[in-house]
Amino acid sequence: MERERVFVVVIGTDQKGIIARVSTLLFEHGANIEDVQQKVMDGTFVMTMLADVSGCKVGLSGLRQGLEEVGAAMGLTVMVHNESVVKAMHRV
Amino acid sequence: MTISVEEAYETAGMILFHNFDIRAVTLGVNLKDLAHPDHLRLAEACRRRLSDLGSRLVREAGEVSEALGLPIVNKRLSITPASWLIEPCPEERAPLYLAQALDQAASEAGVDFIGGFGALVHKAATRADQRLMESLPQALGQTSRLCGFLNLASTAAGMNLDAIARLGHILKDMAAAAPLGIACAKFVAFANAPEDNPFMAGAFHGAGEGDCALNVGISGPGVVRAVVAKHPDCDLTTLSDVIRRTVFKITRAGEMVGRELARRLGVSFGVVDISLAPTTMIGDSVGRILEAMGLERVGAPGTTAALALLIDAVKRGGAMASGHVGGLSGTFIPVSEDLAMIEAVECGALTLEKLEAMTAVCSVGLDMFAVPGDTPAHALAALIADELAIGMVGNKTTGVRVIPAPGLKAGQAVDFGGLLGRAPVMALNPFSGEKFIARGGRLPAPIGALRN
Repeated sequence: MERERVFVVVIGTDQKGIIARVSTLLFEHGANIEDVQQKVMDGTFVMTMLADVSGCKVGLSGLRQGLEEVGAAMGLTVMVHNESVVKAMHRV
Repeated sequence: MTISVEEAYETAGMILFHNFDIRAVTLGVNLKDLAHPDHLRLAEACRRRLSDLGSRLVREAGEVSEALGLPIVNKRLSITPASWLIEPCPEERAPLYLAQALDQAASEAGVDFIGGFGALVHKAATRADQRLMESLPQALGQTSRLCGFLNLASTAAGMNLDAIARLGHILKDMAAAAPLGIACAKFVAFANAPEDNPFMAGAFHGAGEGDCALNVGISGPGVVRAVVAKHPDCDLTTLSDVIRRTVFKITRAGEMVGRELARRLGVSFGVVDISLAPTTMIGDSVGRILEAMGLERVGAPGTTAALALLIDAVKRGGAMASGHVGGLSGTFIPVSEDLAMIEAVECGALTLEKLEAMTAVCSVGLDMFAVPGDTPAHALAALIADELAIGMVGNKTTGVRVIPAPGLKAGQAVDFGGLLGRAPVMALNPFSGEKFIARGGRLPAPIGALRN
């Protein structure tokens, strides 16, 4: 199967359990986390996870919905972008 | 090389905070093979093809948006200029039957607009062109999603003053054909109209196009404004570089969406139109970019120079990012669709004359502005002739989308709501060009057009 990877971008206020909850949901949906980065920028906590979603059981829309719900419960914004888009924008 | 957290955040932030989106995916559709003497048969065949293709466009665009994580705002169709389709029809009302069918197809497919109800009359009009021109008030007044255009001038052919003089009267009828003069908001008069423009109201599928082509209009005024605001003190060379780099990024995203959508639809990818297209959402304004550069208000001295810098930087970034940049690819400065432009008119900073000067360096023209409802037909025609002369001589596209606001005077405003926004009624120079317009004929092509 062709690999499909997405960037999960979590934006908001740093708090306990962000990585745990997001990674748990990704695991439950069959996604594989390949990279995690986090940083505070302009006073905002930002975490990115690069995840292989080729084996995702609920499809990308289901995964996005689940992640947005997890984010909303913690007062965070979660965006999901295909890796190819982010690479196209930032790499020649 | 790994994408950094800063880069991933920048992409997310463009969408989240600065209204970055794919403004329009427009599927151009050839209908020439459907031309038929029976106007009912022609209309039905067009409806079927467009309803089918439009439905697929809407469905696939939704899936691409979901898969890539980029919002696609508008899904649209553009067609072969409609006057060509009615050439064989003896029925005088053939354009109206076609207009209804096109509008119905757009409604069935769920696309927001369908463009191409127009004609290319820059040198002269055929009988079919004339019938279509005369049908415009009714056709656009009685439909909701149909957009019309006329190409009235070109650098190679000159300007058709007879058609422009007639258009003045047609515009008056068009303004009266629907509440608020809204039919006029769905019509553009062009010089050098591009055949692959994805933006409305002027999109059509030109003679040099294949059966289908997918064109993409990206939009990022908010993104550019944010990056300009982050550099309040740098010199203009540096500012140009900053804008160029940002536009490169958003164009790459637009091209990716276009190619993926074209692949899924099984059609050719046409062009990315890199125009900055504002909306009335706060921050999504071209005027605010100019103000962030250091102008107190749009229209202040320096505005034309600032716009020239902006559009040049946009083109540099866009051309580096995509091998197929086309359409209008300029900067849209519609009055009613840009909060900073509306404010500038209302506070007296921006006049119609200054707006016209600005269009000499952007590619779109006098867009979405209102004039008093009692403006005579010859004044509308003269206004259009002035603007199209800029395009004709400057070897560039210019257009006019003017709303003679019924019953309103300068200083009042007409509120269309939604994407079309609110247009303050602008004062027109009270002196007349009536005799000039009444001369008619064809303005010769500029000597600079002789390049072969």
